[in-house]
Amino acid sequence: MAVLRFTNEHEWISFDEGVATVGITDFAAHQLGDIVFVELPEIGKAVAKAGQAAVVESVKAASEVYSPASGTVTAINQAIVDQPGHVNESPEGDGWFYKMSLNAPGELSGLMDKAAYDAYLKTLDH
Amino acid sequence: MSLESYTGNRGLVIEEPLIFEQGEAQRSGVDLPDVPDVPDRLGGLARKGNIGLPGLAEPECVRHYTRLSQKNFGIDTGFYPLGSCTMKHNPRLSEKAARLNGFANLHPLQPEATTQGALEAISLLGQWLMDLTGMSAVAMSPAAGAHGELCGLMAIRAALEDKGDARQIVLVPESAHGTNPATAALCGYQVVSIPANEKGRVDVAALKAKLDNKVAALMLTNPNTCGLFESEILEIASAVKAAGAYFYCDGANFNAIVGRVKVADLGIDAMHINLHKTFSTPHGGGGPGAGPVVLSERLKAFAPVPFVRQGKNGLELVEHCLGEAEKSFGRMKGFHGQFGVMIRALAYILSMGGNGLWQASSDAVLNANYLLARLSAELTPSFPGPCMHEALFDDRFLKDTGVTTLDFAKAMIDEGFHPMTMYFPLVVHGALLMEPTESESKQTLDIYVETLLSLAKKAKAGNAAEDFKAAPRMTPRRRLDETRAARSPVLRWKGEAVQ
Repeated sequence: MAVLRFTNEHEWISFDEGVATVGITDFAAHQLGDIVFVELPEIGKAVAKAGQAAVVESVKAASEVYSPASGTVTAINQAIVDQPGHVNESPEGDGWFYKMSLNAPGELSGLMDKAAYDAYLKTLDH
Repeated sequence: MSLESYTGNRGLVIEEPLIFEQGEAQRSGVDLPDVPDVPDRLGGLARKGNIGLPGLAEPECVRHYTRLSQKNFGIDTGFYPLGSCTMKHNPRLSEKAARLNGFANLHPLQPEATTQGALEAISLLGQWLMDLTGMSAVAMSPAAGAHGELCGLMAIRAALEDKGDARQIVLVPESAHGTNPATAALCGYQVVSIPANEKGRVDVAALKAKLDNKVAALMLTNPNTCGLFESEILEIASAVKAAGAYFYCDGANFNAIVGRVKVADLGIDAMHINLHKTFSTPHGGGGPGAGPVVLSERLKAFAPVPFVRQGKNGLELVEHCLGEAEKSFGRMKGFHGQFGVMIRALAYILSMGGNGLWQASSDAVLNANYLLARLSAELTPSFPGPCMHEALFDDRFLKDTGVTTLDFAKAMIDEGFHPMTMYFPLVVHGALLMEPTESESKQTLDIYVETLLSLAKKAKAGNAAEDFKAAPRMTPRRRLDETRAARSPVLRWKGEAVQ
């Protein structure tokens, strides 16, 4: 069964059968507003846990996407580069950012599960 | 009354098509003689078709550009409270000085013997900048604020490499200017972000946790983009120094502290000064600006060339990395910097004098605090006052009204005000950041305050969202589709080639 975890920077990571998928949360997409630009890492790039992996820009702000775990990028979602609006439509589905292999799947245990993330959102002002 | 009109014009605000959509190709403002029939020497490369230039008579052409200029809004048109930008009055005296024949018509390659006055002006301005900051050296050539940041980081990099201690990381707080991380990345550093605390200032504990022997520098903006003075700056400076790193300060907000604070006393190693903001030269829409960088004793030797020094036969430019400039990191701009901006800044400084500069920064802070105090009646300030030169509010006062910061800003336009900075800094939600500067009178600020208070009351009264979303109503264009503009930009007119 897939493991779904969240960071306090509002990224999600889902890990299933050796492959992890990374994206930004519904909350992040909503806060950013209409997303107009996405820059994804190159396939084969080594990303560090909490290291910058992608860039997302909306009409309001530009923001970095930090990798929830360390590993190597194995695939990217070209569709959101071509049509950044996909991220707003389905941030936790078709609007995923990249797939990666994990150096240490154990790293995920330090992240929040869905219930913990929802509780975390309630502590934020908005 | 409907705002639609037959022509699309709104009174004398005239709908203006692109120049390519006006006139007709065969029309011309001048009578050109027929081209004599002579053989060309282009070897068959002459263009075959028509290039499709627009054809307008002289009055049409004059009207087109005059109307476009009337759509411009600047500090000469009205109050311009854009935060983090210091849009203050540009005195005409400074313009006059910059237009003096001996300054305006110089060529940078003239012999030094013929440019002694210009070199003296650069040198005198540099001396003022060092006096105002208490720093040891100044690099005059950076052509803008971000260019100055790069200059400072390149000097830091040169100093570290000179010690054989190349480092990888630059720390940038969340409350810093957006250009800071970009500068660090351009200079080859990895950027690590430092969070802000609940008072809108650097979280010093988080900063100390990140400071180690890989950190080359901290880039701090002070006063920061929340309009707040970094009150723990001395502790920050000593922690940075103890880690063997350098302390860069973004001086874009120097306008708030000129004559009040000596930068050298804060333990800063390098700081750029936006002449075009603090010392009042026209800017916006791409410049030109100028971003001289003041440097500490430990960075002095690494300053870029050129710089002015006293030689045997008068002032001269040191242009090569030899002798006293042996450790200089090199040159970062052709010739000597934005000379016209330097002259305006020098004229401003000399006409204000030391006391006048002190008064100006004091008034800028007073004006911002006046806005903060009066607007707090209806708007929600992000942090308790007093503030420095900018007042920062967030969108809590609009909660559950259906009105967003963007809608609120657009409604201000219909009332004749240029909106403040929106959605920046990112550390507060739906930010409204306003910087009145010392230029504005109490009367102007009062009208502005009353306007914003009435808009806030209207939003809070309920059922106003639709009204706000329809703003602006009075502009040549209504609400622009920013998303579409960013997602599918049309960057160039592409008409059918005129044959």
